[in-house]
Amino acid sequence: MSAFYDEVQEIKAQYPDWRSATLPALRLAQEKHGYLSPDALRECAEALGTTPAFCESVASFYDMYHLRPVGRHLVEVCTNVSCALVGAQQVLEGFERELGIRAGETTGDGEVTLRTIECLGGCGWATIVAIDNKYRTHVMPDGVQAIVEGLRNGD
Amino acid sequence: MATEVREIVMADAGERDLTKLAEYEAIGGYQALQKARGMTPAAIIDELNASELRGRGGAFFPTWRKWSFVPKPDQNPNPHYLVVNADESEPGSFKDNEIMARVPHRFLEGCLITAHAVDSQNVFIYIRGEYTGPYEVLVGALEELHARADLRGDVTIVLHRGAGAYICGEETALLESLEGKRGQPRTKPPFPAVQGLYASPTVVNNVETMATVPPIITMGGAEYAQLGVPYSRGTRLVSLSGHVANGGNYEIENGVSLRDLIYDLGGGVPGGRQLKAVIPGGSSTSILRYDEIDVGYDFNSLLKLDTAMGSAGVIVLDDRCCMVQLGIRVNEFYEHESCGKCTPCREGTRWMTQILRRLEAGDAEQHELDLLLDVCDRINEKCLCPLGETAAITVASYVEKFREEFQTHIDEGGCPFGDSSPLHDVLAPVAQHTHQGWCQTPSLRGTAR
Repeated sequence: MSAFYDEVQEIKAQYPDWRSATLPALRLAQEKHGYLSPDALRECAEALGTTPAFCESVASFYDMYHLRPVGRHLVEVCTNVSCALVGAQQVLEGFERELGIRAGETTGDGEVTLRTIECLGGCGWATIVAIDNKYRTHVMPDGVQAIVEGLRNGD
Repeated sequence: MATEVREIVMADAGERDLTKLAEYEAIGGYQALQKARGMTPAAIIDELNASELRGRGGAFFPTWRKWSFVPKPDQNPNPHYLVVNADESEPGSFKDNEIMARVPHRFLEGCLITAHAVDSQNVFIYIRGEYTGPYEVLVGALEELHARADLRGDVTIVLHRGAGAYICGEETALLESLEGKRGQPRTKPPFPAVQGLYASPTVVNNVETMATVPPIITMGGAEYAQLGVPYSRGTRLVSLSGHVANGGNYEIENGVSLRDLIYDLGGGVPGGRQLKAVIPGGSSTSILRYDEIDVGYDFNSLLKLDTAMGSAGVIVLDDRCCMVQLGIRVNEFYEHESCGKCTPCREGTRWMTQILRRLEAGDAEQHELDLLLDVCDRINEKCLCPLGETAAITVASYVEKFREEFQTHIDEGGCPFGDSSPLHDVLAPVAQHTHQGWCQTPSLRGTAR
């Protein structure tokens, strides 16, 4: 059996019921496959001992699971109230310009997906941008170019 | 009197790196746990009763009473679970983020004391998936704890990561999610204390509540209750954001003036702008006008103004902000985060967006303002959880407090603020979330009124 299978078994053992391992298993499958492809869902279901349909029904509820391909890097700009008040939209537009795509799209080379996201829980340090799930705080429009260059250079 | 920071939960975190077990122990860390383990669960609950601590997640339920609901083994033989709600997602709140990142051991000590008080060997910390920073800190702290059998005792703590869903902050939705399902709220009763995680007795507590438990055990409940004001004892971590000079978290004694909070600690409204409004407890709470901020920042004082302290996320808005745009931005959040289980919330929040957008665009007719409030009424108290209701109550509060501004949108056939409002530009990308081609509001179908 695969390392993925073994890891899911270890996670299942932490809970009173195997089902609690669903969210962690989906995360692992996504990390392995890049997104929750039909293959990823099948592998996940096998390790959990359930059906791919159950896995997909759970995954489709949560924003952090991708049922369609995404770029190698994920740029998420918080546009909820607190960030919006201090200029999140200008930050977002900066990313759209630098990357040459609109929010919700992926660059042609498959490198970067850009999207808006609801409150990331860093309101006092706005604008918050999550780059591959790591928070950048106090992001200003004039700081966007350096972030994108960093992404392109593999920082 | 100048408003001062009063640190109990965050004590010593400015001077020391309390993410390290050795540093935390050097300031007396985990001694409250040793003290608590020498007490009976009933004695700990008495101490919490004396402290008058109420849940810091936003519902203000007395912590001791929640713990006391857990049935005795002869009443229910199932294991007891302690579940910590670290799914902080309320727009405007970011206190739990900082607590977990800076005082993880105080938080974990609180979990271990609580586990003892409610006779539980299994603690599950449900942390929101986006919080990778605090997650890594907690992983490190748990590794240190794991090596210390004297501290962790027979208790297992499991970190469980969410995956991006605001609704999972609702305790029964959180339990569903922790059971590996879609995060949809359950019907209550039964309450979690009777049938929670895997139908077993479960206590669900907020991160800040847990981090407040060790200092209460150390100083004694009666002394803790000396701080604050009636119904809101002790301290609270307040998150300041929006149009304030110094955004951030500030731990203050409950009951300080909201004005002082904004102007003393927050440094006031920047750029020479005037204050227009304040959202006092996260985006789920009703708005206050600029002339309503001479109020104590505590549960009772805010309740008298028909709003709430909620999760203590204070969002400050200056005079450039359009209240219709605010309504759209806030309401679209709830529309997006509605789990879809209850029809009034799922459909109502979308109808509200449509009406608000017509108001902003200048397409709304006079009766649509009443229709908006009517839709709000039809969501209130008709759902399993408060999500749709908070959208309805907050948007209705914008209309109530700034009715003349909504009226102007109708009279002038559009927005008087336009793109000078900082919330204006943000409307476009949010449209990613809206569903095209679904059923329309009654007014748009021309069947009502």
